[in-house]
Amino acid sequence: MGLDGAFSTRKVQVLGITLGPYILVLIVLLPFIGSLASAFILNTTSRDLPVAVAATVTACCLALCILAYPNVVDGNVLRFEAEWLPQFGLNFTLRMDGFAWIFSTLITAIGLLVVLYARYYMSEDDPIPRFFSFLLAFMGAMLGIVVSGNVILLSVFWELTSIFSFLLISYWHQNAAARDGARMALTITGIGGFCLLVGMLLLGNITGTYDLDKILASGDMIREHPLYLPTLIFILLGALTKSAQFPFHFWLPNAMAAPTPVSAFLHSATMVKAGVFLLVRLWPALSGTYEWFFLLGLAGMLTLLLGAYFAIFQQDLKGLLAYSTISHLGLITTLLSLGSPLATVAAIFHMLNHATFKASLFMAAGIIDHETGTRDMRRLSGLLRYLPITATLAMVASAAMAGVPLLNGFLSKEMFFAEAVETHADSWLDRILPYVATLAGAFSVTYSLRFIHTVFFGPKPEGLPKSEPHEPPHWMRFPIEFLVIVCLIVGIVPSISIAPFLATAVMSVLGAKTPEYSLAIWHGFNIPLLMSAIALIGGVLIYVAIRRYLATCEDGPPFIRRLRGQRIFERVLVAVSWRWARWAESRIGTRNLQPQLRWIVFIGFLAGLLPLWFAGFEARPFVFTGVDPAFAILWVLGAGMSLAAAYLAKYHRLAALVMLGGVGLVVCITFVWLSAPDLAITQLLVEVVTTVLILLGLRWLPKRNALLVDQMTIRARARRFRDLVLAVSCGIGMSFIAFAVMTMPVPDAIANYFLENAYSEGGGRNVVNVILVDFRGFDTMGEIAVLGVVALTVYALLRRFRPAADSFAVPEQQRIQARFDEEQPERAPGDTVRDYLLVPSVIMQWMFPVIITFAVYLFMRGHDMPGGGFSAGLTMSIAFLLQYLAGGTRWAEDRIRILPLRWMGVGLLTAMATGMGAWLLGYPFLTSHFRYLDLPLVGKVPAATALLFDLGVFMLVVGSTVLILVALAHQSIRINRLRAMEAAKAEER
Amino acid sequence: MELILSLAIGVMTGCGVWLILRPRTYQVIVGLSLLSYAVNLFIFGVGGVKSNMPPILAGDVLPATLADPVPQALVLTAIVIGFATTALFLVVLLASRGLTGNDHVDGREEQR
Repeated sequence: MGLDGAFSTRKVQVLGITLGPYILVLIVLLPFIGSLASAFILNTTSRDLPVAVAATVTACCLALCILAYPNVVDGNVLRFEAEWLPQFGLNFTLRMDGFAWIFSTLITAIGLLVVLYARYYMSEDDPIPRFFSFLLAFMGAMLGIVVSGNVILLSVFWELTSIFSFLLISYWHQNAAARDGARMALTITGIGGFCLLVGMLLLGNITGTYDLDKILASGDMIREHPLYLPTLIFILLGALTKSAQFPFHFWLPNAMAAPTPVSAFLHSATMVKAGVFLLVRLWPALSGTYEWFFLLGLAGMLTLLLGAYFAIFQQDLKGLLAYSTISHLGLITTLLSLGSPLATVAAIFHMLNHATFKASLFMAAGIIDHETGTRDMRRLSGLLRYLPITATLAMVASAAMAGVPLLNGFLSKEMFFAEAVETHADSWLDRILPYVATLAGAFSVTYSLRFIHTVFFGPKPEGLPKSEPHEPPHWMRFPIEFLVIVCLIVGIVPSISIAPFLATAVMSVLGAKTPEYSLAIWHGFNIPLLMSAIALIGGVLIYVAIRRYLATCEDGPPFIRRLRGQRIFERVLVAVSWRWARWAESRIGTRNLQPQLRWIVFIGFLAGLLPLWFAGFEARPFVFTGVDPAFAILWVLGAGMSLAAAYLAKYHRLAALVMLGGVGLVVCITFVWLSAPDLAITQLLVEVVTTVLILLGLRWLPKRNALLVDQMTIRARARRFRDLVLAVSCGIGMSFIAFAVMTMPVPDAIANYFLENAYSEGGGRNVVNVILVDFRGFDTMGEIAVLGVVALTVYALLRRFRPAADSFAVPEQQRIQARFDEEQPERAPGDTVRDYLLVPSVIMQWMFPVIITFAVYLFMRGHDMPGGGFSAGLTMSIAFLLQYLAGGTRWAEDRIRILPLRWMGVGLLTAMATGMGAWLLGYPFLTSHFRYLDLPLVGKVPAATALLFDLGVFMLVVGSTVLILVALAHQSIRINRLRAMEAAKAEER
Repeated sequence: MELILSLAIGVMTGCGVWLILRPRTYQVIVGLSLLSYAVNLFIFGVGGVKSNMPPILAGDVLPATLADPVPQALVLTAIVIGFATTALFLVVLLASRGLTGNDHVDGREEQR
C-alpha cells in the first residue's frame, strides 16, 4: 500500500490524530458502514434509532468535508492512493479538489437535511431501517463518484448509484408505478453507465492511464486523437442518461414514485447531478471542440426548452418539479457545451443554486402531499390559509427557480443569459441560443407561478382526502427554512457568502483559465437584464393566458400528450426482451437433445478441420512402423464388437452391453501391451463395476416397442443418413489426427521431469502413482471429491426413484420361476431363486477374503508397482459387490454392514488431513514426506505420507462405488414395498 | 502399431458419435462409453506408443526411455471420472424413464 500525500500541504488533525488523506477514505467508507449498520437493525420498530445512525454518519461526513477544506483551497488537491490492481495499472485513488469539495459538502449537507426531513415524512408502517440503509449507501456511492481519482473507480461508483437509486425508487415496491419507475431508471442509467465505462476505457487507451489527474492534464492529446469522437459519444451517453437529458429524460418523472425525501435528494444534489458533475470534471479534457459544442448544446437546449414546456402542463406537483429539474439540467448542459470558462463558472454556480431551491421545493411538495393527501393541482387550492409558513417558504424557493432578483437563481440565470448572447461557435445552434434561453426562462416563470398560484391561492380546497391540513412539525419544516435562507443569503450577498467557495471550485476545474467574474446583483442595464425582464413578463402573460385551460386540462402537454418517451421505451423493451427473444428461440432454439448434440459434434468436427483450412494440409510420407499380427487381430475383434454394440444398442441391450464390455477388455489389453499396467488394472476393474451397474439398471428400461419398428419415414431415413455421414466423418477425422499425432516425435516436455524426480522427490518407483498422489495430488483431491459428489447425487436421485408403470409388475423370469415352484409339489415358492447359480455363489462367498487381501496388496505396492488407491478401492468394492450378487441384497446386508457414507467421509477427511499435515511442518498443502521403515518380520517398507493420502483415495473410492451400486440394487427391494403399498391401496378401494 | 491404434480410435469414435445422436437413452449411454474409450486411447497415444517400457523405475533402466507417465496419469483419472459420469447418467436415465414412462432422450416420443 503506497500513500501519496505529496499533494496535500496541510495536515488535518482531529483530537490530535493526523487524518490527512484518510479523510477521503472515511468520507466514502462511512456511509457504507452506516448502511450496513442500518441493515443489521432491520427489525427494529424504533423510528429514531435508524435516523440517529443515518444522521450521525451524514453529519460526520459533513464535518470531515469541512475539515478538509484547508487542503483544497488555491488549487490544491488532497489525494489518497492505494494499490488495487497494479498489474492493470489501476489504483484505488481518491482525490479531492475544490470542485469535488463543494460537491461533497453539498451532498452531505443536503443529505443531512433529507435525513431530518425523512424522520418526519416516513410513516410508521414503512420499514425505516431499510430506507436509511439504501439512502446511506446511495450517498456513499455518490460521494465515491465525486472523490474518485481514477476513472474506472468512478465508473464503479457510477454503477452503484444506479443500483441504489433503483432500490430507493422501488422502496414502496408494493406500488406498481414504483417498480416500473425504478426499472426504467435502472435500465436507462445502467445502459448509460455501461457506455460510460466504454468511454473511460477508450480514454485510458488514448492517454495510457486511468488516473484522473493525468487524464485532465492531457486534454490536447485527447482532442486530437482519432478516437476522440467515439470516446466523447460514449462518455456523453453516460452523462446525458444520468442527467436525464433529452432524449433520455423520461426516466426522471417516473422516478418520482419514490418517497419524497428520495426525490428531493435525487433531484438536487445527487443522481442527476452526477451527469453534469462528470461533464464539469472532464471539461478540461474533452471540451472546446465543435463536436462537444454541437452534441451537448443540442441535447442541452432541447432539454432546456422541452423540459420547461412540459413542466407547465403537469398536474402532479412532483411531476412539475421533475420536468423543471430536467429543464434546469438542460440549462447547465447548455452552459457546459459552450466551452467558455465563464460559462463553466455559471454552470457550477447554477448546480449549487438549483440544488438548494429544488431540494426545498420537493420537501415542500412532500409536506403538501402529506397534509392534504394529494399532489394533483386540479384539486389543490388556497392552502395559504392552512400552511402559511410552508407556503411562504415555497414561494421564495419558486421565485428562485423562476429567477427573480435578490435570489440565488437570478444570479446564475443572469450569467447564463450573458453567456447565451456571446458568440461561441459559428453555428445556427449558437445563434438561436439567446431566443431559446429567453423562451425557456419565460416558461420557467410560468410553471413557477402556476405552482404557487394554484396551490396556495384561490378558494378553499374541496374534497381533499385529508380535510384539515395544518403546518407540519417544526423540525420537518426546518430543512426547507434552512435552504430558503441559503437561497436568500446567496441571492443578496453573494460576494461574502458563496464567492470564496465558488472560486475554489472554479479554480480547481479551470486552473489557469479561470476568468474574471463578478457575482454582483447589479451589472447595470444590459442585454441579460432585458432578457430577464422579457422572460419574467412573458412568463406571467403566458400563465394568465392559459390558466383556465391548465386548471382542468389532462396531465401532459397538449398535442404531444400521447407521444411519450415512457411508452416508446416500453415498446422497445417488449420488442427486445419478449418478441425478438421469442422469435429467436422459436427459430434457432430447440429443447430436443439430438439437434443440440448434432450441432456440438458438427462444430467440433469443423473445429478440427479449421486448422487444416488455415494452415494448409501438408502430406507427410506415410510412416509404417510395422504391425503386430496379434495386436491387429485383437483390434479387428475390438472394432467388430464396437460396431456390434452400436448396432445392437437399440433392441438388444444385454447383447450390446456384452459387446461394450468386450471393447473395454480390448482397450484393457491394449494398455497392457503399450506399457500402461496401471491403466489396465483400473480399466479392468472399472469395466466390471460399470457392467454390473448397467445390468442393475437394465431391469427398469422399457420392453421392445413393436410399433417403432419399420415405420421409418423418408425424413427419418434422411436424418439417419446425415447422422451416419457425421459419425463416419468424425471417425475418419479422429483416425487421421490420432495417426498424425502418434507418428510425430514426442517433444521433450514434462515427462522426463516426472521420470527423473519421482523417486528422489516422491519416494516412489511407480511414476504414475507418484504423479497422482504427490506431484498432482491436488488434482486427485478434486477428483475424489467429484466422485463423492456423484455418489451422493446418485443416492439422492434414487431415493425418490419411482419406476415407470410398465416396469412395475414382477419380471417375467421371476413369474416363470414362481409358477415352476408352485407346480412342483416338493418345492416351496422361492426355491428356484435360492438355488440359482448355487456353485458360483459359493465360490464368490469364499473369494471374499481373498479379494480383500488382493485389494490390500494392490494398495500397499501402489507406490512402487502398478496398483494404488484407485484400483485397490475398486477391488474392495467388487469384493462387496460379489457378496450382493452371490447371496442377494438381503443376505448380504444381514451379514456385512457397510456404511458407505462413513467410508466416503473418513476417506475425504484423511486425504485432507494428510494434505494439511504439511502445513504443520511449514510446507505447502499436500507436500509429501517419505522414508523407509524397518518393520519387524515384514522388512523394509516404504512409508510416504503420500501413502496416507492414497488411503483416503482408497476409502473414498470404496464408499462411493458401494454407495452407487447398493442404491441401485436396493430398488428391487423397494419395488416390493411399493407393490405392497399399491395392493393395500387397491384393497381399500 | 500406431496405424491399428488410430484406426481403432476412429472406429470407436464413429460408433460413439452415431450412438449419441440416437433417440434412446440406452444408445446414448453405450455411445458415451465408446467415445470415452476412444478419447482415453487418444490421450494415451499422444505420449507415444511403446511396448514393454512401463513407467516404473528400476535400477538399470534409463528413465528417459520409459513410457510417458503424464498421459497415463491423466487417463487414469479420466477412467475413474468416466465411471462416475456413466453412473450418474445411468441414474438420470432411470429417473427420467420413471418420470416420463419412456426412454426417449427428450422424455417424450417424437411427433411423427
